[in-house]
Amino acid sequence: MTAMTIPTDTAQVTPVRRTARPIPTSQLVRVELRKMFDTRSGFWMLVSIGVLSAIAAGSVVVFAPDSDITYATFVRASGFPMSVILPMIAILAVTSEWSQRSGLTTFTLVPSRGRVIGAKGIATVLVGLGSVALAFAVGALGNLAGSALAGVDTVWDVSWSIAPQIVLGNLVGMAIGFTLGVVMRNSAAAIVGYFVVSLVMPGILVLLAQVRSWFEDLQPWIDWNYTQVELFEGATNTGEEWAMLGSTTMIWIVIPLIVGLLFLRRSEVK
Amino acid sequence: MITVESLTRRYPSTGSGRRAGFTAVDSVSFTAQPGRVTGFLGPNGAGKSTTMRVMVGLTVPTSGSATINGERFADLPNPGLEVGVLLDASAQHAGRTGREILAVAAATMGLPDSRVDEMLELVSLTPTEAKRRVRHYSLGMRQRLGIATALLGDPRVLILDEPANGLDPAGIRWMRDLLTGFASRGGTVLLSSHLLHEIEVIADDLVVIGNGRIVASGTKDELLSAAGTLARSTSPRDLAHALEEAGVPSTLAGDGSVRTDADPARVGAVALTAGIALTELRSAEGAGLEDMFLSLTADTQREGAAA
Repeated sequence: MTAMTIPTDTAQVTPVRRTARPIPTSQLVRVELRKMFDTRSGFWMLVSIGVLSAIAAGSVVVFAPDSDITYATFVRASGFPMSVILPMIAILAVTSEWSQRSGLTTFTLVPSRGRVIGAKGIATVLVGLGSVALAFAVGALGNLAGSALAGVDTVWDVSWSIAPQIVLGNLVGMAIGFTLGVVMRNSAAAIVGYFVVSLVMPGILVLLAQVRSWFEDLQPWIDWNYTQVELFEGATNTGEEWAMLGSTTMIWIVIPLIVGLLFLRRSEVK
Repeated sequence: MITVESLTRRYPSTGSGRRAGFTAVDSVSFTAQPGRVTGFLGPNGAGKSTTMRVMVGLTVPTSGSATINGERFADLPNPGLEVGVLLDASAQHAGRTGREILAVAAATMGLPDSRVDEMLELVSLTPTEAKRRVRHYSLGMRQRLGIATALLGDPRVLILDEPANGLDPAGIRWMRDLLTGFASRGGTVLLSSHLLHEIEVIADDLVVIGNGRIVASGTKDELLSAAGTLARSTSPRDLAHALEEAGVPSTLAGDGSVRTDADPARVGAVALTAGIALTELRSAEGAGLEDMFLSLTADTQREGAAA
């Protein structure tokens, strides 16, 4: 048998590895921010935040008695529409990937679902901070205009200790929506779920507290609405009150979010 | 190159839903080679889409693995630059414009916006169409947009599920040229389809799946050579008779064609000896793939014993 030289090109061909860098998180956050507002519904939600805030501030000028023309009234009024719309934005940021099935593309471009959801979380917080800043700004303009029109002194009665609580209150609402989105992964179900836990459930808990005295002391520890309202009022001051907020956050946000994320990461995207 | 090794996807029997206890993909192994178009064939519900979803990490396999150039898809740092994926052209946010969908994908991959316009041009979506929301797109336009998304990152591997669905004949021709061009430049193409003719024209290799199992795989020529010969003559009855005399079993089809398992050379020789003029002599490809497909997947067909 004659000796044969094995041609070198039959040796294992190393695949040409492209110099691909991992996608930076900041890039993912930018993309997720863009995706929140590049649809018609997303765009109008963004517009409605601004418009409704202005309308709310305007109606204070028109309807509120002179004694109520203070900064706190304006901030509360222009912030109210946000406390409803921001959770919706948080819900849709997550659920549209499933309900609109765009997740098929999203999760093939970024296979780490944890990173995608994390980027959505950061984007949601940024939107929340921006919107609340807008509410404060619109409130300030309303306060200046309102006090000038009513001919009263301009009252700045939102202290530096209360303002962060209002911000936090809005973020809690968004976090509840975000959590529902992660757990349900369906727009309609999550929105209905949000109204159940924010409108129906508090009433039931208050009723329960009235008829069962042992529950009365327990309610602030498990009713997230109660602790959120305390934040909006700027009334979360004592250590116990902060502990109550921690407790409701643990029950309604942290634990369900962790469980939801575990399921989400292994679920089938179709 | 795509390597699938003993891939199994079983739905837990304890789970709820209609798929509980169902084995969608059962020990599937095959490779898709660079420079070739690999056709992935199978009846509805055979496991094509599940296999493809596992490849790109959308579905977790029960056991086995799928790798792209030796790496799990989920481990690729920026998968869009290496693998172009189109699993379902309708799976897009209906409220985004076509252009915005590409722009979002480009931004995710870190590509410049100019790439979006190049892709729109490549798939022949006009600027006006690109500005419309996807909810108003026809299926063919969605397929073009899906192809554009897949090609955006200039990948070396394409995984396409039924890409020809909804395209008009010109669109199908365009897609075929695009994919053969992609493969001839050394790219790997895996495309699934139940459009047999489409696969037959474009694929170099075939993988046939039925009931979650691979029932046949190999080059198209290998698989089709088993399909035999089709011959026509002015007197088909005489031809069939001559073949029988020569010891070649044949069947006379209703359309006047004669089919046999023998190769065309043998049939031609028999016809020459018998002095019969042939009007057509070829390997029975067209019907061959369909016959092969139906016989290989016969026990998995919804219509029962179709073959």
